[in-house]
Amino acid sequence: MSTTTTTDSRSREKAPAGEKIADWADGRLGIYSLAKANMRKIFPDHWSFMLGEICLYSFIIIILTGVYLTLFFHPSMNEIEYHGSYVPLQGQLMSEAFASTLDISFDVRGGLLIRQIHHWAAIVFLAGMFVHMMRVFFTGAFRKPREINWMFGFLLFVLGMFTGFTGYSLPDDLLSGTGVRFTQGAILATPIVGTYISMFLFGGEFPGGDFVSRFYSIHILLLPGIMLGLVVGHLILVFYHKHTQFAGPGKTNKNVVGMPLLPVYMAKAGGFFFLVFGFIAMLAAVASINPIWVLGPYRPDQVSTGAQPDWYMGFAEGLIRAMPGWEINFWGHTLVLGVFIPLVLFGLFLGILALYPFIESWITGDKSEHHILDRPRNAPTRTAFGVAWVTAYMIMLIGGGNDIVATHFHLSINSVTWFVRVGFFVGPVIAFVVTKRICLGLQRRDKDKVLHGRESGIIKRLPHGEFIEVHEPLSQEALHTLTAHEQYEPAAIGPAVDENGVERKVKGPQKLRAKLSNAYFGEDNQIPKPTAEEYKEITSGHGHH
Amino acid sequence: MSSQETPEENLPAERADDEHAHGAVSVADEKHPFADPGLPPHEHRIQDIDERAAKRSERTVAFLFTLSMLATVGFIASFVTIPADKIVYIFPLGHISGLNFALGMTLGLALFCIGAGAVHWARTLMSDEEMTDERHAIAAEPEVKAKVLADFKQGAKESALGRRKLIRNTMFGALTLFPLSGIVLLRDLGPLPEDKLRHTLWRKGLQLVNMNTNEPLRPSDVAVGSLTFAKPEGLEEHDHDFQTEIAKAALMIVRLQPDDIKDKRELEWSHEGIVAYSKICTHVGCPISLYEQQTHHVLCPCHQSTFDLADGARVIFGPAGHALPQLRIGVNDEGYLEALGDFDEPVGPAFWERG
Repeated sequence: MSTTTTTDSRSREKAPAGEKIADWADGRLGIYSLAKANMRKIFPDHWSFMLGEICLYSFIIIILTGVYLTLFFHPSMNEIEYHGSYVPLQGQLMSEAFASTLDISFDVRGGLLIRQIHHWAAIVFLAGMFVHMMRVFFTGAFRKPREINWMFGFLLFVLGMFTGFTGYSLPDDLLSGTGVRFTQGAILATPIVGTYISMFLFGGEFPGGDFVSRFYSIHILLLPGIMLGLVVGHLILVFYHKHTQFAGPGKTNKNVVGMPLLPVYMAKAGGFFFLVFGFIAMLAAVASINPIWVLGPYRPDQVSTGAQPDWYMGFAEGLIRAMPGWEINFWGHTLVLGVFIPLVLFGLFLGILALYPFIESWITGDKSEHHILDRPRNAPTRTAFGVAWVTAYMIMLIGGGNDIVATHFHLSINSVTWFVRVGFFVGPVIAFVVTKRICLGLQRRDKDKVLHGRESGIIKRLPHGEFIEVHEPLSQEALHTLTAHEQYEPAAIGPAVDENGVERKVKGPQKLRAKLSNAYFGEDNQIPKPTAEEYKEITSGHGHH
Repeated sequence: MSSQETPEENLPAERADDEHAHGAVSVADEKHPFADPGLPPHEHRIQDIDERAAKRSERTVAFLFTLSMLATVGFIASFVTIPADKIVYIFPLGHISGLNFALGMTLGLALFCIGAGAVHWARTLMSDEEMTDERHAIAAEPEVKAKVLADFKQGAKESALGRRKLIRNTMFGALTLFPLSGIVLLRDLGPLPEDKLRHTLWRKGLQLVNMNTNEPLRPSDVAVGSLTFAKPEGLEEHDHDFQTEIAKAALMIVRLQPDDIKDKRELEWSHEGIVAYSKICTHVGCPISLYEQQTHHVLCPCHQSTFDLADGARVIFGPAGHALPQLRIGVNDEGYLEALGDFDEPVGPAFWERG
C-alpha cells in the first residue's frame, strides 16, 4: 500500500504541469474517458460539410458582438430630443432606443463596426443555415438516424428568422417600425384571437411604448437561449451519430473515413472560425448595413419607399404582397383571408420541410441507418421536390421585392406581381419536371460511363477507314463509387384478393403510399444500376460500343 | 519544385506503395455489382518528402501569424489615433468613416491571418493520411433493451402509481392546473381590445391641422394635384401618446374636381372637391404616401395596394381588402377645414371583430 503511494506521488512530481491539471480535472470530470472517444475522432472531408460550420461560427460571432451591443443600447421607447453628434438629426424627437443606436454608431469608437458585424453575421447565419439545410436535404443526410437533428436544425432556422426580425426591429427606425407594423397587421388578421394577441404583445394599441423592451428580452434572452440549447444538442448529435460521408473506395455504411479531430480538424475548423470572423469583420469595414441614421426614427404616419425586410423575411413579404385582398364579412365578423392565408402558408411551407424526413421514410419503408450520402441525381424525385420548393421560395423572394424589381428593370409593378402569383404555382411544377429529367439524364450518363468507360478524347482510325473515339475503362474505384448507391423497389399494394379468394380491403393511405413509392422508385423514375453481367457482356465484346 | 531536386536524405525511408489493402474491402453482390477495392494508397505531399518545402510552409504559417499580430497593433493604434467623426475617401467605397474602416480592416486581417495560418498548417504540415473509424448501430442490443424495460417496470411497480389511482389522478390534476397561474399572469400584458380599434381622435368640430406647418388648413391651402397630410387639432408631437394616436388619425387630403368624383357619398362628404381619407393602409397598416396626380390613385409603398381616390378610395390593385375610410369634412365659421365626426368605420388593417 505504502509503496504504491510513493510511486504514485513520485510520478506525479515528474509529470508536466499540463498533465497535472488534466489529472486534476479527470478526477472530477472524467475528461480522459471523454477524450478517448473524441480526441482522435474521425471526420470525413468534403467542401459542403463546411457550410454548417459557417452557421456555428456566425452564431458565436452574433453572441459575442450582441453582448457588447447590450452594454450601450437602451431598450426604451421614451421619446427624447436628440443632441448627439450626428448633426442632421439634431433636435429631432426619437425614442431612446433610436438615440442610443445613433450613439453606438457615431460616438462609441468601434461601436459602428460591432453593430455592422452583428448584423452582417446575422445575415450570413441565416444564409448559411439555408444552404446547409439544402446540402443536408439534397444528399439525404436527414435519413435515419438523423431525423431529429434535422428537426433541431429546422427549428434553429425558424427561430433564427424571428431572432433576426426582433433584432432589427430594436433600433425603432423608420424601416424596422414599418416591419413591426406589418407584423401587427398580420397578427390582427388572425381569426378570433388576433386583436387580443396584438393588444397583449404591444401592451395596448400599436405602437404603444412597450414593444422595444419586450422585443429586446425576446431577442437577447428568450430566443437565443433556446437556440443555444438547440445548437449544443445539434453538435452533440453530430458527434454521436458520426458524420456522414460520400460513397467511395473504402467507405462503407459501417465506417467513417477521414482525418482526426486532433490535430487536423482542430486546426482546420478552429482556423475556419477565424476566417469567417475575419471575413465578416472586413465586410463590416467596407459595406454599410442598416444605416438607421439615413432612415430616421419611426413614425407610424411616415414611410420610405422601397421598404424591404432582411432577406430571410423576404419570402414572407412576398406571400403577403402577392396575395389578393380577400375579405369575407359575415355575422359582424371579418375573415381577413388576404393576410391570414399568407400567414398560414408561411407556416405550412416551412413545416413541410420539417416533416420531409418522416414522409420519405414512410414512402420507402426503410428502417435502416444511412451514413452514406446520396448524390442528388440518385434520388431524382427527392431532388426534384427540393428544387421545386426552392423555386417557390425564390419566386416569393422576388415577390417580396416586387417594387425593387419593377424599378430596377423598368417593369410594371402589376405585371411583376402577376408573374409572382402565377409563378408560385407554375414555377415549382416546371422546376420539378426539369430537375427530374436532368437527374435521370445524369443517371443514364453514369450508367453509360460504367458500361462503356470514359471518353478519352483520342480519335482512332481503323484499318478500314472508320474513325472511332477510344473509351477508357474506369478504374475499380470509380466503378464502385458510381454504383454504390441503393435503389429501392417501388412498394406494391399486393394482390387484390387474399389467399382465400376474399377481396382484400386496401386502405387509402396504403394506396397513396404505393403511388408515391412508384413516383420515387418506379420504372421511369429511376435508372436501374448497371449489373455485373451487363458489364461483362459489353467488355468481353471488344471495341463494340 | 520537382522531385528531381529533392535530396535523398529528405526522402522517407521507404515509400509505401503497398497500402492498397488498407480500409474496408467488400466483394461484389447483387446490390453492389462492383467490389469495393478499399481505400486508395496515400499520396505524399511535397512537404512530406521534402523538408525544404516543409520549412517553406512553416515560414508561411509563421508569417501569417506575425501579420495577425501586427494587425492587432494596428487596430489599437487606429482606435487611439483616429477621431470617431473622421470621414475619409476610399476608392471605390466613397466617403466613409475612417475609424470604422481602419478598425474593421485591422480586426478582419488579424482574425483572417490566424485562420489562414491554421488552415495552411493543417493542410501542408499535419498528417493527411486518411483513417477509419468503425460505426456502431445506435439502437441498443436486445439484452440491454430487455434490462431497461424490466427496470422501468420494477420502478413503476414500486411507485405504485398504477395501483393507487387516487394519487395518480390528483397528481395529474395538480400538474395540469398549476401552469394556469403562469397564463393568468400574462393577462396584464395589455388591455382588452374592446372598441379601441374603432375610434380615433377625430370628432365633430376638430380642425384639420397641416402636418408640416402645424397650422390649421383653409380650403385654399389645398391645391389641385397636391397631397397634404393632416392631423387633428390638439395632437402635438410631444404628447406621450402621439405615436399611438397618429397611427390611427393620420389623414391625407387632396383636391379633386367635383365632377371627377364618381362616388356619391364621397362627394357628399367632401368640401369643394377636397376629400380627406385615412392615410393608414387597410392591408397591414403602412402609411400611404404616393399620389398619382393624373389618375387620383394613391399607392402604399410597402405592398403596393392601390386605391382610387376619385371613386371612394376603392382598391384597384394589390393585397388590400377594402377601401380607405373617408372622413367627413366641412368648413367652420373661421373658414378652416374641420371634421364633421369620426371615421364611420375602423381605420387600418382589418380584424376579426371589424365586421
